[in-house]
Amino acid sequence: MTATTSTTTANAAVPGPEGLLAGARHMVERNLMIYRHTWYLLLAEVFEPVLYLLSVGVGIGELVGHTTRFGDAQVSYSAFVAPALLATTAMNGAMNETTFNLFAKLKLNRTYDAIQATPMSPRQIAFGEAMWAVVRGTLITVGFLIVVSVLGLAHSPAILLVIPGAALIGFAFCSVGLVVVSYLRTWQDFQFIQLAMLPMFLFATTFYPLGVYPRWLQIVVECLPLYQSIELVRGPSLGHLGADLLVPVAYLLLLGAFALRWAAARIAILLVH
Amino acid sequence: MSLTSSPAAPPLGGARPGAAAPRVPPPALREFGYWLHRYRRTWRGTVVVSVANPLLFLAAMGAGLGKLVNQGGSDYLHGTPYLHFFAPGLLAAAAMQNAFVDSAGPVFQSTRARGNYRAAAATPMRPSDIFAGHLLFMAMRVASGALAFLLVATVAGAVPWERSLLLLPVATLVGCAFAAPLAAWAVTVTQFTRINGVFRFVLLPLYMFSGTFYSPDQLPGWLHAVVMATPLYHGIQLCRSIALSTASAGPTTVHLLYLVAMATAGVLIGRRTYTRHLHG
Repeated sequence: MTATTSTTTANAAVPGPEGLLAGARHMVERNLMIYRHTWYLLLAEVFEPVLYLLSVGVGIGELVGHTTRFGDAQVSYSAFVAPALLATTAMNGAMNETTFNLFAKLKLNRTYDAIQATPMSPRQIAFGEAMWAVVRGTLITVGFLIVVSVLGLAHSPAILLVIPGAALIGFAFCSVGLVVVSYLRTWQDFQFIQLAMLPMFLFATTFYPLGVYPRWLQIVVECLPLYQSIELVRGPSLGHLGADLLVPVAYLLLLGAFALRWAAARIAILLVH
Repeated sequence: MSLTSSPAAPPLGGARPGAAAPRVPPPALREFGYWLHRYRRTWRGTVVVSVANPLLFLAAMGAGLGKLVNQGGSDYLHGTPYLHFFAPGLLAAAAMQNAFVDSAGPVFQSTRARGNYRAAAATPMRPSDIFAGHLLFMAMRVASGALAFLLVATVAGAVPWERSLLLLPVATLVGCAFAAPLAAWAVTVTQFTRINGVFRFVLLPLYMFSGTFYSPDQLPGWLHAVVMATPLYHGIQLCRSIALSTASAGPTTVHLLYLVAMATAGVLIGRRTYTRHLHG
């Protein structure tokens, strides 16, 4: 740790242009140093999906019946819900960082005002925060994945694909979070995020398959980023690997890239003024 | 809306120096008036949240998941459609959550960051008046949240309307049973992370395991016994038995006594903690 710290200060002392990624790495390092002291907060974020899994997966699972047909596979209800919760965890882990934590840094702690005094550019800050959010979201998802495996709900070694999947989901959502946070004025505005996230969480086939909806509603749900994220993770977790996974991969990559470009521009405006 | 000298609009309940006639409301109502005054600016957002939230949960879980559950035909539901089983449970759970939102955070802020408690405590108002007035506002918020939920649930056909009339005061009692102890505790809190911690590690497990989504009978024996000792269980059982008209005198009395005892304990303890922290 001391080695990285000294490189940071050494680089910061030398003014001059640096690559986008090299600059972004400083942001990740900074956040890592902060989280060394508050790493248990990450455990707390694993706690919530575990509760959902135990309560909803096991409790409602008994109501639903132990072997229900989901698509073409006979799986238990818990095994059906677990991958959706993994995708949701990756989403929340990344998005909490770029919404709540970033808002605090922007408005309360004035962290970026301090960083602005270094050679870091707003674009580097935006990319760095996104990189860190991806790391954080992936770490939380891995923690939850361990719980899922311990509970015996990992039916296929392909479930390990959840880890790169979580990184991709995190990339898409943290970038969206960056865009959203750049438009927030007060803490009260966070309720609008809730108003978008909660229905998405509830309706994006987290708790039941797409088949319960009428066709027009299925199309709406299929357009949701969380639906695509769940598709990315659910197939491999239940042992299906196919070319159809390319659809969510392309969707999330495009969404993330588009949102990140937009966010970088927005953050540049916010920090310069 | 001018903030300058306009004698026509005295601050709510505030005693004007020259006013001879003592038409001043009791101190607790002045605190209540303060919260109503604040609420005039924020009520729109809270209506959106308190109507949209239960509507979304009812639709997603009650109707969507209900399709799967009804196919399962579990004995635990006693032949009731899942939506009808779920709605009263969610009503009680939402009352608990609304109580938390309006007690823990605002009480903490009133004591620490915003300081309106300290300002009020510097007047002739006693800390117990401040507590009582704020509690009244929390009860009003819990009741209006329950009303919004019941309107949605009744229109959706999840609860018969005549039972909704009975469920409204019951859900308000459930909310008060949580609001009073939470406020009594929040006035003593020094770090905001504690508030979040209680939500995450106390309220969320209660919400998940007290039978909102499924019958607690399904749980293994020891866990069922633990759940029966927790407060939300009694709120959910009470609301559900009323909504499904399965209530019987014995259990209903136990549920009611539990919730009333909890609210009373919260009030008694709160009077002490408020006095100690605002006049300490």
